[in-house]
Amino acid sequence: MSEELVNAIAEMKEEEAIQLVRDMLDKGVKPMAILDAARQAMDIIGQRYEKGIYFLPELMMAGEIMGQIAEILKPKLAESPEVKRLGRVLIGTVQGDIHDIGKNIVTFMLDANGFEVLDLGVDVPPQKFVEAVRDFQPQVVGLSGFLTLAFDSMKETIQALEAAGLRDKVKVMIGGGSVDEHVRAYTGADAYGRDAVAGVSLARKWVGA
Amino acid sequence: MSPQLSPDEKREALWQGKLSPKDPQGNPLPFQSPEAEKKYKERILRVKTAIEMEKLPDRVPVTVFPSMFPWKYAGMTVQEAMYDYEKCAAAFKKFILDFDPDLQWGAYAPGPGRFFEILDYKLYSWPGHGVAPECCYQCNEGEYMKPEEYDALIQDPTGYFIHVYLPRVFGALGGFQMLPFFPGILEMYGVALNFIPFGLPPVQATFQALFEAGAEALKWVTPIGGVDVELATLGYPTVLGGFTKAPFDVIGDTLRGTRGIMLDIYRRPEKLLKAMEVLTPLMIQMGVNSAQATGNPLIFIPLHKGADGFLSDEQFRKFYWPTLREVILGLIEGGCVPFPAAEGGYSSRLEVVKDLPRGKTVWMIDLTDMADAKRTIGQNACLLGNVPSSLLNLGTPEEVRAYVRRLIEVAGKDGGLIIANGAFFDEAKPENVKAMVEAAKEYGVY
Repeated sequence: MSEELVNAIAEMKEEEAIQLVRDMLDKGVKPMAILDAARQAMDIIGQRYEKGIYFLPELMMAGEIMGQIAEILKPKLAESPEVKRLGRVLIGTVQGDIHDIGKNIVTFMLDANGFEVLDLGVDVPPQKFVEAVRDFQPQVVGLSGFLTLAFDSMKETIQALEAAGLRDKVKVMIGGGSVDEHVRAYTGADAYGRDAVAGVSLARKWVGA
Repeated sequence: MSPQLSPDEKREALWQGKLSPKDPQGNPLPFQSPEAEKKYKERILRVKTAIEMEKLPDRVPVTVFPSMFPWKYAGMTVQEAMYDYEKCAAAFKKFILDFDPDLQWGAYAPGPGRFFEILDYKLYSWPGHGVAPECCYQCNEGEYMKPEEYDALIQDPTGYFIHVYLPRVFGALGGFQMLPFFPGILEMYGVALNFIPFGLPPVQATFQALFEAGAEALKWVTPIGGVDVELATLGYPTVLGGFTKAPFDVIGDTLRGTRGIMLDIYRRPEKLLKAMEVLTPLMIQMGVNSAQATGNPLIFIPLHKGADGFLSDEQFRKFYWPTLREVILGLIEGGCVPFPAAEGGYSSRLEVVKDLPRGKTVWMIDLTDMADAKRTIGQNACLLGNVPSSLLNLGTPEEVRAYVRRLIEVAGKDGGLIIANGAFFDEAKPENVKAMVEAAKEYGVY
C-alpha cells in the first residue's frame, strides 16, 4: 500500500492519496511509515522538477497534498520525527521587495532535497538576516529579489554580515528577476542561481553533500 | 470608425492619424519647430516600418520603456512621483529630452497616489502604504476570487467584477455588494425596488468615494496626459494605445493568484478553461476600445505566468497559449498592433508562439536569447528589447554599446528590431541608458 501511496502522490492523484492515508491508518500502518512514503514521493516530485517534467502546478499540488497528510498524521505522531538533514539554509526576500514566488519554490526544493530551511519571508532588513545567521547558524544564505532595487539590498545585507563578522561562516547565493554575474559581483555574493535547481546544487556543493 | 474597413485599413487609419496629430480640441497639433515636426514623423515611420517588416527603416528605432527610472533620475522618490502630479510630469519630460529616444511611453507608471488612498486599494502596497518611499509599488498576491466562484465569473464576468471582485480589492467599494441585479430591471412593475440600494448609506458612501476618486484621476491625468501632447509638439511620439492581458494571467495574477491557478489546473481544469474562454472576447474588446479611444495602435500585453519554468510545454499549449493567441488575433482583426512582453525567459515557448501573421505584432524580449528569438518568432514579428537591467544598472557604457551592437548584428540585419531595455527597471546608471540610445543610433543605420 505504501508503494501505491508514493505513486498516488507523485502522480498528483490528490483524492486517491488522501484516501490511501486514511485506509492505511485504519489498517494499523504506523504514521511514521506513511510519512516516509510521502517523503519518497516528494523526492520523486523534486527529481521530476529538476528534469523539467514537473513545473509550478505540480510543486503547488505537492505542497497541498503534503499539508493535508501532515494534518491527518499530526495528532497520531507521538513526537516530531527525527530527520537527518544535509544542512541548514537561511532564505528570504531582501529589504524593499515583497516578491516571493521564486523564493518559495527554492525553499520547497531545498526542503524536498533534505535541507533544513528557515524562511524569513519578504522585505527582510539586513539586520534580521544577521540575527538569524547568529541564531540559526546556517551554512548557506539565500537572498532573493525581483526588483532592480534588490541589487542594493542584497549588497547591504552581505555587508551587514561582514560587519557582524559572520561573512566567512556562510556561503551566500542570490537569485530572482534579472540576477546574473554582474549582480553577483556587485553584491559580493558567492554565486547566483537562475532557478531553483541551480540553488539546490549550489547548496549541495557547499555543504559537501 | 467605419465597420466596413478591413483590419489592415483600420490599422493604417490609426497610423495615418498618428502622422497628422491633433490637439485635444481636434485641431492640427502645432509643432514647436519644423525640425520637431520632421523628427516626429520620421520616428513614427521608422517604428511603423520596423513593425511591418516589408522594407527596411532608415535605421533601427530605439526606445526606453522604464518603470520608475525617470523619477529616480530626477532625484525624486517613487512617493513624490505618485503624489506630486505636476512634478511627475515635469520629470518625465526632462527624462525624454535628456535621453532622446524615438518613442516615449507616457508618464503613467507611478499613478495617482491620492486616488489609491481614496479607494483604499488593497491589491498593491505603495510608498507610505506598505513599502518605503523609494520603493516601487508591488502587488499583494492573494486568492481574491475563491475557487467556488468560477461559475459566477463564467456566467456574468461584469456582474462578478462589480458585486464580488471590486469590493474585495477596493475597500471603499463595499457598497457595490448591495447593488441590484441589473438584468432584472425590466418593467415598470416593481422597478423601483431595484433602486432601493442607492438610497442606503453604504452604497451612497461608495458613490461618494467614486466621485472623489474620479475627480482625483482627472486632476492627475491633466498634467500627465498633457506631457504626451507637449512631447509630441517637441518631436517625441507615443504609440501606446493601452493594454490587455492573456486570459490565463487575468485569472492567475489578480483573481486566483499564482498558487490558486496552478492548483486549478489539477483540481478544476474545465472551469479554468471555460472561464478563460469567457474572458477572451472581453480582453480583445478592452484593447480595441482603448486603441480607438487614444488613437494609438500598440496594445501592450504583459505576459506573466506562462514563462519558462512556470508551466510544462503541454500545459502551456493547453492552458496558456490558445486564448492568448485568440486575443492577439482579435486585436489584429480590430486594427491594433498587439505588443506582448515575454517577461522572464521564453526560450521553451518560442516554437509555439511563432505561429502568428507576419508584420502585425511587436514582442518585447527580456531574458530570452535574442538569436533564438530572431530565428523563431522574429521571422514574423518585430522584436523589441533586450538590453538587460543588470547591464544598465551595473555595467559600463562600453559594455552597453557592445551589447547593442551585437543585438543589431544578431537580430536587426533585415529589419524587425527595436532596441530597448528588456525588463522594466527602476535603477540604472544614466550614462548606460544614454549609451543604449546612442549606440542604436550609431550602429543601427541601414
